[in-house]
Amino acid sequence: MTSNSATSSGELVRLDASAMAAALRAGDVSSVELTQAHLDRIAEVDGPVESGVHAFLHVDAEGALARARELDAARSRGEELHELAGVPVAVKDVMVTRGMPSTAGSRMLEGWVPPYDATVVEQMRAAGLVTLGKTNMDEFAMGSSTEHSAFGPTRNPWAADRIPGGSGGGSAAALAAFEAPLATGTDTGGSIRQPAAVTGTVGVKPTYGGVSRYGLIALASSLDQGGPCARTVLDTALLHEVMGGHDPRDSTSLTDPVPAVVAAAREGARGDLTGVRVGVVREMGRAGHDEGYQAGVLARFEEALDHLRSAGAEVVEVGCPNVEHALGAYYLILPSEASSNLARYDGMRYGLRVLPADVDPAEVTAEQVMAATRAKGFGPEAKRRIILGTYALSSGYYDAYYGSAQKIRTLVQRDFDAAFEQVDVLVSPTAPTTAFRLGEKLDDPLAMYRGDVATIPANLAGIPGMSLPVGLAPEDGLPVGLQLLAPAREDARLYRVGAALEARLHAQWGGKLLDRVPDWTPASTTGAPA
Amino acid sequence: MSTSSTPDLVAYDDAVARFDPVVGLEVHVELNTATKMFSPAPTEFGAEPNTQVDPTSLGLPGSMPVLNAKAVESAIRMGLALNCSIAAECRFARKNYFYPDMPKNFQTSQYDEPIAFDGWLDVDVPANEAGEPAFTHRVQIERAHMEEDTGKSSHVGGATGRIHGAEYSLVDYNRAGIPLIEIVTRPITGAGARVGEVARAYVATLRDLLKGLDVSDVKMEQGSMRCDVNLSLRDTPESRLGTRTETKNVNSLRSVERAVRYEVSRQAAVLLDGGSVLQETRHWHEDTGLTTSGRIKSDADDYRYFPEPDLVPVAPDPAWVEELRAALPEPPAARRRRLQGEWGLTDLDMRDLLNAGALDLVEATVLLGAPPAAARKWWTGELGRAANTRGTSLEELPVTPAHVAQLQALVDGGKLNDKLARQVLEHVLDGEGDPQQVVDARGLAVVSDDGALLAAVDEALAANPDVAGKIRDGKVAAAGAIVGAVMKATRGSADAARVRELVLQRVAPGA
Repeated sequence: MTSNSATSSGELVRLDASAMAAALRAGDVSSVELTQAHLDRIAEVDGPVESGVHAFLHVDAEGALARARELDAARSRGEELHELAGVPVAVKDVMVTRGMPSTAGSRMLEGWVPPYDATVVEQMRAAGLVTLGKTNMDEFAMGSSTEHSAFGPTRNPWAADRIPGGSGGGSAAALAAFEAPLATGTDTGGSIRQPAAVTGTVGVKPTYGGVSRYGLIALASSLDQGGPCARTVLDTALLHEVMGGHDPRDSTSLTDPVPAVVAAAREGARGDLTGVRVGVVREMGRAGHDEGYQAGVLARFEEALDHLRSAGAEVVEVGCPNVEHALGAYYLILPSEASSNLARYDGMRYGLRVLPADVDPAEVTAEQVMAATRAKGFGPEAKRRIILGTYALSSGYYDAYYGSAQKIRTLVQRDFDAAFEQVDVLVSPTAPTTAFRLGEKLDDPLAMYRGDVATIPANLAGIPGMSLPVGLAPEDGLPVGLQLLAPAREDARLYRVGAALEARLHAQWGGKLLDRVPDWTPASTTGAPA
Repeated sequence: MSTSSTPDLVAYDDAVARFDPVVGLEVHVELNTATKMFSPAPTEFGAEPNTQVDPTSLGLPGSMPVLNAKAVESAIRMGLALNCSIAAECRFARKNYFYPDMPKNFQTSQYDEPIAFDGWLDVDVPANEAGEPAFTHRVQIERAHMEEDTGKSSHVGGATGRIHGAEYSLVDYNRAGIPLIEIVTRPITGAGARVGEVARAYVATLRDLLKGLDVSDVKMEQGSMRCDVNLSLRDTPESRLGTRTETKNVNSLRSVERAVRYEVSRQAAVLLDGGSVLQETRHWHEDTGLTTSGRIKSDADDYRYFPEPDLVPVAPDPAWVEELRAALPEPPAARRRRLQGEWGLTDLDMRDLLNAGALDLVEATVLLGAPPAAARKWWTGELGRAANTRGTSLEELPVTPAHVAQLQALVDGGKLNDKLARQVLEHVLDGEGDPQQVVDARGLAVVSDDGALLAAVDEALAANPDVAGKIRDGKVAAAGAIVGAVMKATRGSADAARVRELVLQRVAPGA
């Protein structure tokens, strides 16, 4: 696979990250070649904003190639490098990167260049991953479609008129469009798992505290969790081990060592789940609880359960009755914390500053500048949640809203605790439907919120979750994701079971689901939604 | 806000005769930790603006707080010294409000779960100038909690230096995130007319206590200790508490007492006029001795407190708390009583010493060998005057307890008399070195050459034959006049005791 081999750059970018890493180690390809191949692919499919995939908000071609050259030089000097050294990665724009724009998808931070790196960014740099750029997302990670990005939506590589999920739709689309082999995400209510589900990729929300939040622009601190995104379970595990681990700069960071997820993925890939107990969450799409679930999603999910059984797992149904209240609790806790976390965007110190139009500049007060900046800088979804959270925390309402929501949170945790007494992992469809059309739910926030019904409970409980592709829905030919959940600190179980399921599915399909992603056809700019 | 018109006041004595005043004090203390409450940014006072900052203390996107363990230790030690219970587990909360000097637009503070609560502090209130006696008042402490300081805004242009009318404002975030402990008393009742003295003595006692703990610089003039005075009046001690005002910016001990007295007089005037006291924030003006209305406090103030999700609860190990308790220094009141006894001082002497802020210096001087009476005399006398003249505190004078002890040793050894010693001290104050160096360099030692002295004595006796006669007649006291003349002739450089001996030798009574 040297530069004179038959492998075109178009084939290079379709390799798994682990295969790229092996090729780098073997000297079959250089990091510069690999990086350039991805930059070429980005140039080919990512733009223009109106019709391209638009997975990236910022591409750092020069920085990526410079870093790739450094790594190639280090390798040629015989330095000991990390397993993934030289492999490119796309970083969600919610993670701050020194010297590289970090907007979190918001007009509010347009042009701001952070003076520091997030801990995960430092860790990836130390491992020799090459940052291609920053990926698109819903503003401050609020949304399930990337339509709430201030800089225009990302399109689903499976169908240009479909959403790529959100908030991390940019990272998921970059993977599915072969613009990057690895990507990072943050998951507050499903922002890693739901985009993975609707793009046919893999995403993991680790146990709360498993990946440092330092340098991750906060949405809801008690729910936010950074995690890895990739095209296979093993690749996801490889990135997870780079991103994970204790960080003294994050007080909520776990002190445990990073779980051995790579080993678990390799063990799982043998396809044997004998003795593993799998619980199907009744309230997430089973009969009587399947309102809003697409038939094709449920069908593919059932087939996946058959694969788990044939791998030797015992599959039973378990009840987690309080997860039905999770959505309501989540939409009180998240806005409450968000209203406080987003208060700092006031035009005083960094980012956007707007002078009110109707005030004499000589007379303008700081308060008026704050108000004008926030009126202009935040999009409608951010404003909706800030207002909701401000209200929920208000004196006299706190107990009824924030207080009650915290009680439900405890009940959801207890439900999971009880379920994990009976089973090793829980499963459900990741999202009730496949990717919906751009614009379809933009005017119906509640419909958009309901799409997160199966992913939110894990954030409330702090437990780890994975989404992996289990096929295409027959009615629309779009990817379906299966969600795996495990007890806190048992992230390795996700990888073992996920890799076993993946191995059986790959055998069934004769390859990966993404082998079937159509060649990218740009959206028709005439009929594109605004 | 009206600063121009001074409202009518009721004379203080009349006000406290008619009403029962109740005071409550909220004291903010900046801890002297090397780094900030929630980040490793340094805390140096007076540094260039916006240099003592990092992503967290600037509230940059993505930044997170990490609790300063030293600040927790200081908070617990303060709580223990204030006889508080220490929380087994407590959380931080976010206090949400928008202000440009708040980097995150919320302050990370403790709300309903303070680290220390339910304590007390015995306050020794000295006798006053009206001759009312000293007494001890036990002040109940409601809570002491941890929080972070805000940045500092300065308003440039305009006449007042206040935000209104300013051309522009600058914000310095060096102070943002400095660890603060807020100590809140319960309403202090039963002080009657001496409420202002109690308030002042409480703040002074607290300052000494915290200084002894070495947890803060406690410099009110630099803002490392700041005081808000809550005051209300009620008809009688049996009445319900009246509406209180909260006077901010009261930043000296003297001002605490003045602000209390002013609010007593002002509120009494309002009430006697048939009005009602507004629950409001008021500002203290050091220059005019007035308070002016600030912000009306109402139920509309809603800080939307909720538990800080970026921090884990603080759960101090009880064994560690007991270790800290065992290692607390002697409480200042007990120490004062002990030292007063050891040094044999009257209450009045002790009060002067405390008012001069000289207790630590005198103790240090005594520990270096000086007799307590002499050590006290130097620090409250010469050095007190020097500090006044220079407008500084005793600590800031270029004279150390070691200097004073050495000076006194020279006096006790007969090398210096009082007058010379004062001269030496002047030169030490001028930075000429320690007392011995000054003596050596300036040749200021007592004249002890009997030959030279005898000549002066003979000259003085010859000039005063009638005095010499009286001494011969046995009126030994008359020798003082000759001694005085000799001292004058030698410009004070003679040892007066030796001169007296020589006079009596020369004109032996009955000789």
